[in-house]
Amino acid sequence: MAAPAASTPLALELKGISKAFGPVQANKDISISVRPGTIHGIIGENGAGKSTLMSILYGFYKADSGEIYIRGQKTNIPDSQAAIAAGIGMVFQHFKLVENFTVLENIILGAEDGALLRPSLAKARKTLKTLAEEYELNVDPDAMIEDLSVGHQQRVEILKALYRQADILILDEPTGVLTPAEADQLFRILDRLRKEGKTIILITHKLREIMEYTDTVSVMRRGQMTATVQTKDTSPEGLAELMVGRKVLLQVDKEPAKPGDEILKIEGLRVVDEAGVERVKGIDLTVRAGEIVGIAGVAGNGQSELLEVLGGFQDATGSVTVNGQELPLSGHGADGQARRAAGIAHVPEDRQKEGLIMEFSAWENSVFGYHHEPEYQNGILMDNKGILAKAADQMERFDVRPPHPHLAAKNFSGGNQQKIVVAREIERNPDVLLIGQPTRGVDIGAIEFIHQQIVNLRDQGKAILLVSVELEEVLSLADRVAVMFDGQIMGERNASETDEKELGLLMAGVTGETS
Amino acid sequence: MDFLTLLQVLDSSVRLAVPLLLACLAGLYSERAGIFDIGLEGKMLAAAFAAGAFAAVSGSVWVGLLAGIGASMILSLLHGVASITFRGNQLISGVAINMLAAGMTVLIAQDWFQQGGRTPSLLTEGRLNPINLPFADMFESIPLFGPTYSELVSGHSLIVYVAFAFVPLTWWILYRTRFGLRLRAVGENPASVDTAGVSVIRLRFTAVLICGALCGVAGAYLATGLQAGFIKDMTAGRGFIALAALIFAKWRPWYALWACLLFGLLQALAVRFQSIELAGIVIPVQLMEALPFILTVVILAGFVGRAIPPRAGGEPYVKER
Repeated sequence: MAAPAASTPLALELKGISKAFGPVQANKDISISVRPGTIHGIIGENGAGKSTLMSILYGFYKADSGEIYIRGQKTNIPDSQAAIAAGIGMVFQHFKLVENFTVLENIILGAEDGALLRPSLAKARKTLKTLAEEYELNVDPDAMIEDLSVGHQQRVEILKALYRQADILILDEPTGVLTPAEADQLFRILDRLRKEGKTIILITHKLREIMEYTDTVSVMRRGQMTATVQTKDTSPEGLAELMVGRKVLLQVDKEPAKPGDEILKIEGLRVVDEAGVERVKGIDLTVRAGEIVGIAGVAGNGQSELLEVLGGFQDATGSVTVNGQELPLSGHGADGQARRAAGIAHVPEDRQKEGLIMEFSAWENSVFGYHHEPEYQNGILMDNKGILAKAADQMERFDVRPPHPHLAAKNFSGGNQQKIVVAREIERNPDVLLIGQPTRGVDIGAIEFIHQQIVNLRDQGKAILLVSVELEEVLSLADRVAVMFDGQIMGERNASETDEKELGLLMAGVTGETS
Repeated sequence: MDFLTLLQVLDSSVRLAVPLLLACLAGLYSERAGIFDIGLEGKMLAAAFAAGAFAAVSGSVWVGLLAGIGASMILSLLHGVASITFRGNQLISGVAINMLAAGMTVLIAQDWFQQGGRTPSLLTEGRLNPINLPFADMFESIPLFGPTYSELVSGHSLIVYVAFAFVPLTWWILYRTRFGLRLRAVGENPASVDTAGVSVIRLRFTAVLICGALCGVAGAYLATGLQAGFIKDMTAGRGFIALAALIFAKWRPWYALWACLLFGLLQALAVRFQSIELAGIVIPVQLMEALPFILTVVILAGFVGRAIPPRAGGEPYVKER
């Protein structure tokens, strides 16, 4: 072979890794080489097998076949202990921290030096200080995890790995929960780690992150590694095509909005949760016919509560009108059924908990919320045959795959589950569509389709309120963007006249208007 | 109430609090590790029977104590296998253990001893005998301190002192040792322990077995310390009261001590004062005896502040992808 004999061995090499769960082949003969001191991106749609591959690397699963080489050494990783010993550190998408422990306690957990805590804590405190200086990873060692921002919690995860002397760091969708500013900070830290010789594997579905920060990128599709390329030799369009297997439109294709009358009008909306905390602190917002208003913000700043109030399953005070009709915000008439009767359709943020009953079949799910309507009745019984026929037709038109109405909701992929919910809500021809995280966990191919459906609905003159933590999505889909922070709207911008930077500042609670 | 009566009431509070305290600490280990245990009652009962039976047969209280601990640990192993290994429902497993113990103890007692489901009365060697602390007699004459020392502090059986010593010991284990850190972590977020390369299963089994051992001591104390032999249903809901005390104590060892002493005091008052006249109204003895249970209901209904249980409590741990 032409490749020169490398003076330094590869940081990580996988050869022919395969793993099946029953009949599902999650990983098929995967081989990958990661050079030390680089950021290696792994990109792929949901269910492409990225997480399975990483779980094998971290000892959660045992591969059916294949070999793992770390720094040139063939290594067996039967459990997490072995992975840690081999110098692999993992930052999971959902942090594995004990919320009511301090930072220090979390760091030493499982890596204590002896039976007593005091010496371990003292040593960790010292090490933490050196690490903080070396990598600009500042965290208060005595802070409780639950009091830290998500960005800082993530730093604790990175510190945990470094404390265990990891030199291969795997990050699984690390920016999903961060503000753009926090994400920038994270990548500065990763860059620093790379300069110090650490190897970083970045798993993400965000093309922008891959393009901006990685040296090499591997693409996975349906359990297989379809390509490994140098980042500088590729383009977002090229990667998307490799991921999906066909050409994909990355930009939402839409005409400028032609807004009409005010349909949804929210004034002075306040929500106090069960614990007595004010989640929404007086919001004013209008959505007109024929426009998409997007709510941007980091998760947990009151957007979910706003959707819940409008959807009828959260009490609130203030005023909400639809077509001039005042909606009750608590007590009788403040429920999902009444909201639907008022012309509001709702695609909830968590489709698996709020949008579908996972055990029920697609055709049953296709009428939930509307099942009491006369058209679905046959005397005192439900018109199951009719519902089934309509569901089959709906699934055909909304490109649900596979188009089998008898299949349980849990057996569809995330994107197809979402299509079932979107189809149900759009088909009722609502005046207002609430749609939360329309493409969370949805693959690129389906994203394109769902976005197109939302734009079509807008062009029919409907009012659409979109909530998404994906800033890119809000920017490309919405006509007007409102940013929520700490239960308030920090500002409204026309999507065509703003950018990620300006919105990112608003998402962090910084309003430029005072200066 | 004169001083001596007060001392006597407090003295019996201490003795009645001991089984509660041991069971409460037992539950603390298990629940801090994320395994809910409503089978404390059944484990105590099984231990009381085993202790009573083996002490009667062997004539040695220590054999009885070991048998009690053994019986209780077998049941906790059952709970562990059901709820940790097979990820079953922890409440159902606990209920099953309570029912199993209630039936089996009487059945075996009848089969072995033919005394109507009880074990033979224990003689001195078969019972836990009081230990007189040094100087108890010497200090007797000193006013206030003397009687307090000899009545309240001295003259209890070894298990009483052991039980109280377990409070600071448990605190120390929980907050100052590696085992304690991991125990608390596995009850809050087992995934954090698992990803740190520590076995969740081993930790939880250890906790459940410690729980079994302590319940065993509690049950043995009932049959050989408080009374002289096992009788049917002799735990009389103490396992559930201990559970209430644990919630009341917010799963903390020192609070557990005070909670159990409070329940002990209520029981002691009911024993001591069969009926109390307050402002011309006679409070019937039944009400006095019901007090600990009424308090239990009040606590479990959540009237006494908000108690936040360990976050992963009751949830079997399944590795996620």
